[in-house]
Amino acid sequence: MTIVVGYIPTPEGRAALAAAVEEALRRDESLLVLNASRGDAYVDPGFAPAEELESVRGQLSAARVGFDVRQLVRGKEPAEEVVQAAAEVGAELIVIGLRRRSAVGKLIMGSTAQRILLDAPCAVLAVKADAHHPAGERTRT
Amino acid sequence: MAALSELINGFGTALTPQNLLYAFLGVLLGTAIGVLPGIGPAMTLALLLPLTYGLNPTSAFIMFAGIYYGGMYGGSTTSILLNTPGESASVVTAIEGNKMAKSGRAAQALATAAIGSFVAGTIGTLLVVVLAPTVVDLALKLGAPDFFAIMVLAFVAVTSVLGASRIRGFASLLIGLAIGLVGIDQVTGQQRLTYGVPQLADGIDVVVVAVGLFAVGEALWIAAHLRRGTAQVIPTGRARMGREDWARSWKPWLRGTALGFPFGAVPAGGAEVPTFLSYVTEKRLSKHKDEFGHGAIEGVAGPEATNNASAAGGLVPLLTLGLPTTATAAVLLAAFQQYGIQPGPLLLENEPELVWGLLASLFIGNVILLVLNLPLAPMWAKLLRIPRPYLYAGILFFASVGAYAVNASTVDLMVLLVLGSLGFLMRRYGLPVVPAVIGVILGPRAEVQMRRALQISDGELSGLITPFSAVIYALIALVLLWPLVNRFVIRRFRRPRHPVPVGHSHALVELADELAAPPGEERREEGDEKADEEPEHATADAPRRQT
Repeated sequence: MTIVVGYIPTPEGRAALAAAVEEALRRDESLLVLNASRGDAYVDPGFAPAEELESVRGQLSAARVGFDVRQLVRGKEPAEEVVQAAAEVGAELIVIGLRRRSAVGKLIMGSTAQRILLDAPCAVLAVKADAHHPAGERTRT
Repeated sequence: MAALSELINGFGTALTPQNLLYAFLGVLLGTAIGVLPGIGPAMTLALLLPLTYGLNPTSAFIMFAGIYYGGMYGGSTTSILLNTPGESASVVTAIEGNKMAKSGRAAQALATAAIGSFVAGTIGTLLVVVLAPTVVDLALKLGAPDFFAIMVLAFVAVTSVLGASRIRGFASLLIGLAIGLVGIDQVTGQQRLTYGVPQLADGIDVVVVAVGLFAVGEALWIAAHLRRGTAQVIPTGRARMGREDWARSWKPWLRGTALGFPFGAVPAGGAEVPTFLSYVTEKRLSKHKDEFGHGAIEGVAGPEATNNASAAGGLVPLLTLGLPTTATAAVLLAAFQQYGIQPGPLLLENEPELVWGLLASLFIGNVILLVLNLPLAPMWAKLLRIPRPYLYAGILFFASVGAYAVNASTVDLMVLLVLGSLGFLMRRYGLPVVPAVIGVILGPRAEVQMRRALQISDGELSGLITPFSAVIYALIALVLLWPLVNRFVIRRFRRPRHPVPVGHSHALVELADELAAPPGEERREEGDEKADEEPEHATADAPRRQT
């Protein structure tokens, strides 16, 4: 049983990671950090560069949780990848970041968070980017 | 100074609200497609041709010219922020531009590219205005045999300079010439290569050929080879430059203009060679040689000015001789024919409103480009987030609509698919597409000139030889025999060279070797991986994007 966290290099993604670390420590579980992109656009802001993943690894080692970081680029929607990974490892919890979206924006672009919420095989913890607790700070405690 | 008063009349044409709007639209569209790798101005013009039938020719050409210039500029944004050149002319910009961006000077790199493009484009257009009437005077003295010789030179030069292999280039040219033959022979009225299909008797429309080879071919290729993976755009703010950047940029801008314009005006394959030359020149002349390879602003300013100047230079032969030197110019030539306008020495006389309006709109377009691009470069980079399947679905849709609209005939759609598959196969087997398109568009015109010359001389081959054409044929022989000369005469005096990377064009590799050899030694030792990695990444896909 693990905790899957959908990670993107944004404040929301970092908040999700921080919350996931807390949960992992509380439940004494390991973490599976997932960064996914369809990879069919030249640029995807959700795709975490190598340095970013390295710093994630550093944070997680410092927080003393068991973890695995995976980056998947194989043409599937990130939502699909997260749900599939959760089913695969039999996850206990999925942690994702949420951001404010307009109704029209969701209609046109769809919402990764919404698809994860609806399709997840387990409980989902949705976290908002928190101004009071920057993600990096919390994991170090 | 008749040209200047004509130009002022041209501004009168270009400054009407409607034409200003088209210029704006063209620049906007041109920049957008310049930013997107794999989609060039030639493809865009071909896609838009059928959609502009309803416009009056002047407005349409004003928009097309905006696309041409915008496309040249837009490529630099991707080169700098992403290290993926949006345009073959921006390949060189990526070398220094991306390094600058990585060291936090993206805003300066974008600014020097934008302002350099503006300076070079303005000077270049001014040169076109001054030179065009003079060249027309000369061109009026040329007869059919001379024009035929010039066109053969264009075929040979474009084919030899572009692409990785001359043989492939000529194979591609032959494909183009063969497609151009389809239809009723204009002189004897015989049907050629129609295989009894009545719809082919009119020939295959140039729009269908260009759209098929460029757009459908590219879309099929992307569909077959969609590489999964994504890059990082380097975030940046508004483009701006400091005092030192200005001091270091203005000379490269002017030198780039001086290099780019003549190269654009002769059929030497467009902007690739002069941008590379400009880079090497700047590297030599720079006071900051150590910065080259780590983000020297001269390495961005020079090549970016060069590619815009060469775009302007390309207009001289197009407007005065009806001779395209690049794929984009070839499609513009096709556009002239679509509107029933005969490009050539008489164009200036017959269509003064169009030509001078077009030239005036180029000045305006340059200003719009500058105003648009200084603040908006980061926004353009967002275009790269569009998933490619969406993009190419849209392109295929426009391609089909356009091909059908030409004659409202389903046969054209079939032809489009066949040519699209041909374009795919050409990419698969490494044949450059540009010679084929130039062959299709210029082939029939060259044939007309040749037949005319032969009719005048009553079938005697000697009718093709005039003093002027003899010089041109000598030039052609030189271009063709150059590899042999190089191999047996010149190379003997030089030390053996390191192996040539695959995928570069001949000319570039030769130039690279020649020019980089003396100072190359120490660089190869300390910065080998660094120096070689980036440019290779940048040029890996370039040869098939010669649009």
